[in-house]
Amino acid sequence: MIKIENLYFTYPNGKKILHGIDWEIEEGEFIAIMGENGGGKTTLVKHLNGLLKPTHGKVLIDGIDTKKSSVASLSKKVGLVFQNPEHQLFCETAEDEVLFSLKNFGFNEKIAEKRTKKILEILNLTRYYNASPFMLSGGEKKRLALASVLAWDPKYIILDEPTIGQDHDQKSKLGNFIKQLNSQGKTVIIVTHDVEFVAETKPKIVLLSRGNIIATGSCTDILTDKKILDEASLLMPQISILINMLPNLRVEQKIVDVFAAKKILEKFLR
Amino acid sequence: MAQIEIENLHFTYAGTQSPSLQEINLTIEKGDFIILTGPSGCGKTTLCRCLNGLIPNFYNGDFEGTIEILGMDTSNRPISELARRVGFVFQNPENQLFSLSVERDIAFGPENLGLQREEIKKRVEWALRVTGTEHLRDYAPYELSGGQQQRVAIASVLAMRPEIIVLDEPTSFLDPKASNDLLMTISKLNDKLGITIILVEHRLDLASKYAKRVLIMNEGRILLDGPPTKVYNEDVYLIGVGIPKVSLLFHLLRKDGIEIKKIPVDTSEAVQFLERRMK
Repeated sequence: MIKIENLYFTYPNGKKILHGIDWEIEEGEFIAIMGENGGGKTTLVKHLNGLLKPTHGKVLIDGIDTKKSSVASLSKKVGLVFQNPEHQLFCETAEDEVLFSLKNFGFNEKIAEKRTKKILEILNLTRYYNASPFMLSGGEKKRLALASVLAWDPKYIILDEPTIGQDHDQKSKLGNFIKQLNSQGKTVIIVTHDVEFVAETKPKIVLLSRGNIIATGSCTDILTDKKILDEASLLMPQISILINMLPNLRVEQKIVDVFAAKKILEKFLR
Repeated sequence: MAQIEIENLHFTYAGTQSPSLQEINLTIEKGDFIILTGPSGCGKTTLCRCLNGLIPNFYNGDFEGTIEILGMDTSNRPISELARRVGFVFQNPENQLFSLSVERDIAFGPENLGLQREEIKKRVEWALRVTGTEHLRDYAPYELSGGQQQRVAIASVLAMRPEIIVLDEPTSFLDPKASNDLLMTISKLNDKLGITIILVEHRLDLASKYAKRVLIMNEGRILLDGPPTKVYNEDVYLIGVGIPKVSLLFHLLRKDGIEIKKIPVDTSEAVQFLERRMK
């Protein structure tokens, strides 16, 4: 379990980003942290592997206070994939990129190679095995960064804006992959403002605005609440807007995704 | 008047086997607003690199065909000459902004054109006004939010008074509200100033309503080219193009045997369709 107690964070330049966050993340949860640019999403997740330490308050990872532990040992439990993959890629080839962390965590060579092969396959990167990470497109770099973290099999996986630069197909593959990880018991936290992606994958939502959690709830509850979305600079999914524009349908359920909307409309159009 | 004329363009990057662009024939008129989309690796970015002369002048490879932009054949013109007339805005504004103040960043382009001081000042003021960034003039770009940075990147391009602006996924780092605001600014450049816009986008839900024309690329070719209503009416979602969710919904209904002649491209078209049908 990850426990955040009364977390305040102020950057050295005096900029106050987080204002008293209290939050518990249970094992096996699938959560999206959403909210406006600059609202504190990235700052918050950087506390979960100890990259940032609280100015006030506490972050406990399975009972371990992040202030009393190193990033290296926390990282083994909490894998963080950065928003900008260029902040994390540096090796000569995609293979080395994934092998690097495995070797550092002390995996034996055979297992490390096997895992690297497997994870590059899963993320559709096999053909770049010997290619330089910097030759890859933006979307591919993001998947490589993800591969290099998933390889060491952390218990908690945090993805900062995983859908940026991904096309529609890659996005739905990524969504399925995340759901699969989650169903295998991994705790997955994504940071995103991609409402359409969230509407399809349906995590629990934590809304962050100006350094505070302003709402938590199910994906359908939050994404159909215009008032609360406004506060966090988010827009409703296009499908929910459509259903709202059709009061005559008298739809009682909250609808956020294409398939649910299709079921409703079929009845009227047949 | 055609501003961009591409004929039978083929391009293969040096060191790669398969061509990145094949048989591209494309004419773009002044004042057009084009969305360029397609699955990743389809050649969108490569095509953009042809529009400012980076291909064939900077990137090596096998180049065939002709590209004429604003009457210039790009293969024998320096990139600098094209740069002042075709503006570029990238996905990540941090790759483009570098000064210590917004004002200085915007002035950089005109200064390098060797313009008079008065003219530079005039252009900076104008670019700040058009993009709604006047209040940010004294900030350092790195102090701004992603949406503000992207607006400043547009302002700095605008100050060169380009006739064409190419934007490569300019909204991907922005939250939905900021994305929408930015698209409105881009649309204003097209509407009010007649600047030709070429917008590379994956997320079509927000951008489609502003476009006059959508180009869908796949495997280095232009697969479809036409107004959004026509393009989204085709089964492009099958090749992995993220058409607006509303359009996808009606495609799925059509696939299940419900008669839909014209696929709606946005929510208001969808509402019109449904209200007609439910009467």
